Amino acid sequence: MKTIEKQGKTVEEAVELALKELNAKKDEVLIEVLDEGSRGLFGLLSRMAKVRVTLKKKPEEKALEFLNGLLKIFKLEPDIKLEYQEDGMCKIEMKGKGLGLLIGKHGETLNALQFLTSLVANKGNPNYKRIILDVEGYRKKRERTLKELALKIAKKVKETKKSIALEPMPPHERKIIHNTLQGDNRVKTHSEGEEPYRRVIISLKYPPVK
Amino acid sequence: MTELVEYIAKALVDHPEEVTVNRVEGEQSVIIELKVHPDDMGKIIGKQGRIAKAIRTVVKAAAAKEGKRVIVEIL
Repeated sequence: MKTIEKQGKTVEEAVELALKELNAKKDEVLIEVLDEGSRGLFGLLSRMAKVRVTLKKKPEEKALEFLNGLLKIFKLEPDIKLEYQEDGMCKIEMKGKGLGLLIGKHGETLNALQFLTSLVANKGNPNYKRIILDVEGYRKKRERTLKELALKIAKKVKETKKSIALEPMPPHERKIIHNTLQGDNRVKTHSEGEEPYRRVIISLKYPPVK
Repeated sequence: MTELVEYIAKALVDHPEEVTVNRVEGEQSVIIELKVHPDDMGKIIGKQGRIAKAIRTVVKAAAAKEGKRVIVEIL
């Protein structure tokens, strides 16, 4: 962790100088006031204000640290790449041998790891940072599978005129289902239940009146 | 396995020094007992047990590697 001390005519000025030097925003640092400073009398006995400013670890740094420790316990050594996405999300991609273990059935293990990692990363952080974990491009593949599933079930709903509930899915996967069927004018989607058992229901938009 | 549970729990709680993990060997399965500071219970169980479920899922993956059934109990 990087810490610097700065002086200024006022506390605000000292903080500003420190932030400039650290190239950080106010919510990314811890500020300790060492000396409030004093104007003195007619310029006599005046003291400079003094602050100690510490750069806090960023959520994505904490995420990487946590993951690296975890992978060591799993005795895995994948290549890890951190990527910032345009929507402010942070994607951590892992590549290497024997990583199927980290994905699990339908990505169950990967989703659990992602959930735990973002909890650790955002601990004590007021501005929640979304963190996505991926292994060998699994998320893209899963997205394609979910889209196909959505279309297939929608077709079945239209044929049978009965609502169908999908199996429980995490929020980002449900979103893919909703988005896929958004433009369909014959079926609608909504979610029911509590996390982690929340599931999407696909039903007819205009149920025929009998 | 105890190492894994301990590592995850310590990263989640506010009092990592009060995390204790015990391994009880059963015939077909291994039971991992996890104890934390009372104020940290929510941090390892979570809403609707979401965090506890995630911990169990990750531990299950590690256990599969060793070919054992593992039960994580939070005391």
